[in-house]
Amino acid sequence: MSEKLMFVQGNEACVQGALYAGVDFFAGYPITPSTEIAELLAAKLPEKGGKFIQMEDEIASMCAIIGASLTGHKVMTATSGPGFSLKQEAIGYACMAEIPCVIVDVQRGGPSTGNPTHVSQGDINQARWGTHGDHGIIALTASNHQDVFRITVDAFNLAETYRTPVVLLFDEVIGHMRERLVVPEPGALPIVDRLRTSVPKDVDYHPYLPREDGRLPMSDFGGHHRYNVTGLFHDMWGFPSNNPSVVQELLRHLVDKIDTNVDVITRYKEHYLDDAEYILVSYGSSARSAIHLAKNRRQKGERLGVLELQSIWPFPAELVRARCADAKAVVVVEMNMGQVLTQVKAAVDHPNRVFLANRIDGKLITPSDIKGLLRVIQGKGV
Amino acid sequence: MAIKDYLRERFFPHMWCPGCGHGTILNSLLRAIEDLGLSKSNIVMTSGIGCSARISGYVDFHSLHTLHGRALAFATGVKLSKPELTVIVPMGDGDALAIGGNHFIHAARRNIDITAIVMNNRIYGMTGGQFSPLSGPGKKATTAPYMTIDNEFDVVELAKAAGATFVARSTAYHCQEATGYLKQAILHKGFSVVEILSQCPTHYGRKNKEGDAAAMLEIQRDTTARIGSKALDENPGLIPRGIFVDIEKPEYCEEYGKIIERATKRKAS
Amino acid sequence: MKRVRLVFSGSGGQGVITAAIILAEAAVIIEGLNATQSQSYGAAARGGATRTDIIISEEEINFPGVTSPNILVCLTQEAYNQYAAVIRPGGLLLTDSRSVTTAKKTDAKHIGLPLYDTVMERIGKPIVYNITMLGALIGITDIVRPESVLAILKERIPPDFLAMNQRAFDLGLVLGAQYQCRL
Repeated sequence: MSEKLMFVQGNEACVQGALYAGVDFFAGYPITPSTEIAELLAAKLPEKGGKFIQMEDEIASMCAIIGASLTGHKVMTATSGPGFSLKQEAIGYACMAEIPCVIVDVQRGGPSTGNPTHVSQGDINQARWGTHGDHGIIALTASNHQDVFRITVDAFNLAETYRTPVVLLFDEVIGHMRERLVVPEPGALPIVDRLRTSVPKDVDYHPYLPREDGRLPMSDFGGHHRYNVTGLFHDMWGFPSNNPSVVQELLRHLVDKIDTNVDVITRYKEHYLDDAEYILVSYGSSARSAIHLAKNRRQKGERLGVLELQSIWPFPAELVRARCADAKAVVVVEMNMGQVLTQVKAAVDHPNRVFLANRIDGKLITPSDIKGLLRVIQGKGV
Repeated sequence: MAIKDYLRERFFPHMWCPGCGHGTILNSLLRAIEDLGLSKSNIVMTSGIGCSARISGYVDFHSLHTLHGRALAFATGVKLSKPELTVIVPMGDGDALAIGGNHFIHAARRNIDITAIVMNNRIYGMTGGQFSPLSGPGKKATTAPYMTIDNEFDVVELAKAAGATFVARSTAYHCQEATGYLKQAILHKGFSVVEILSQCPTHYGRKNKEGDAAAMLEIQRDTTARIGSKALDENPGLIPRGIFVDIEKPEYCEEYGKIIERATKRKAS
Repeated sequence: MKRVRLVFSGSGGQGVITAAIILAEAAVIIEGLNATQSQSYGAAARGGATRTDIIISEEEINFPGVTSPNILVCLTQEAYNQYAAVIRPGGLLLTDSRSVTTAKKTDAKHIGLPLYDTVMERIGKPIVYNITMLGALIGITDIVRPESVLAILKERIPPDFLAMNQRAFDLGLVLGAQYQCRL
């Protein structure tokens, strides 16, 4: 099989990426603007022997994929803001019980029912702290369909590597817009398969005792090793424990396994960044406008560049600090009230040089929106 | 196998209060599984949160102790992804019918091959004795200091209406009868519901003056009767026990298997 | 051609979005160009004003919105009233002469064609109206080759309806050909 050229919506690029990564179980509940993901997988999963189920709500969808992951499957669900809110308790369960799964959030305007068919990037912080308690989480994003495909494959790979939920934070513009996608040949992109235990039958298997490299080999439900999975703090057998040292050690592990690997997890792109005096930090569909502007201004001799983030959590603070160190000004371009702005300000040496170019009215931020603000920052007036 | 071969002794003693009916129900269940000769590695027990939910930790099966009310949603993912597994879901009354009520009716509607056990003690025990959707009116609970005014669900009627294809009711007192129903429920292809009345002497019994565990077991004996029995005919106010529904209907995972066949054929052509 | 920005507008159910997708697909899949197609979504699937933005380019496309189109297609008066002002100077305005009366002169080449009437007269099925519109556009301009669109039609349209769609496309091509121009 060779590579395949398609012209598709971003939601389909995500589906193609998931299939390439080996998804074989999807549970979901219809919600705009993510529904095409469910519709496509309803058709495509049974073609390869996989399973699709439309559950009674988003909570049940999240729970069902966790159950299916435990029997050894690569699992995904997809939703938007209100559904993402409903899934949060179960996402915390997957963090605590260390169960690989992928959650797609095609963002729309919020809070509440909000602005259903219009774009927003308002779920950035919810992806980080939507569920209660300390925990580590991975959240990725992309600005074009080729990258949506690749980052979706990455999401499955990271979920398996770190035994964690991974959130794909797309947005309405990316989800619905159609553009070119080249699906690579099988084997062209690396696929991480589940690490399964080599402990033989009748030998004590410790499902929650990390190996020296920090990874936890799994055993499928239905296999020889019968163990307990719980959302309570638990010992190396998975059995509930409130022993203070067990509690402390597990929580440290859950946070550290993600945070200490920030460099490995970080994904980003640089556009005209080498000698940039002014830097736009952006992601998702708003990065398209930032790149568009940088390309135009470069032709006019302006030293404008874009740092496009493709992983939002764990936040790549060191990367942002290093790239923005010499900038006269840093402008965060996003469609919310400054959720990534806060992170960038905390990361850089000169937070007073960081500004926000945003749009929160349901419309995609335009290159001229950004240009207007940039002129003000540069002292040129509107 | 001896009963204790089905238990994870490492995790004992259990956390149930003295006199709690849940241990008796665990006993009924393990005897059913032993009688059926099921392999331990082929069983997944999925539970939610509450006293009843702790049952999954004590048994030497694959055990999935999940979120309050969501056990059936997790179990649906387990079963559909690996239909050859036997999936058993013990739940408390709050777990199954308050926070988890929606999942309960939808699992029944799908007729997915899962055995749901509602361990009904009419109270939230773990949180200290609040009323549940199965308490019924006129009861005392910590959140009903003046008496409950909420009507209760009838689990059997609800399960029937929602589409469960096997529905039975027994009690902790009638532990051998319960074993029989559980055996049939596990063997039944489709969504099975077995309600087992249980006693919570610590919270329900004390607040409602029902006495100690032994007295509460006597109440289970005296206020229930087998369907078709003379006792029930003469006294329709008694709570009926027995098998209320046992019918065959297309099972969800088998139906999905046909979808896979249709989809793979279409792709091949 | 370096970059063409188009807006197709009309009312829901006329198939302007499908026409946009077919055009962009022909550009990407058959001709190896880049293209984006986007649209504003409403809660209703039928009725109301519909607009879709298409960009076709030899280069990478970043911002996918069209603020001032080189080509504006309006199939209803409402769409014309709403969007005519934003057309790029020197651009092309294509309307259905049956439903759109142009109010004032815009700095664009205006071509009004009896698209709907021709479809109804020659085929009798309004469902292929959008394909005739697309045919006319391809007849007038050289955005993509007619064969590229036909290849996509063959891929997308069920066999039983293909001949009707091909005929609708040819009808449009002929209507448009008399106004041929390069952008």
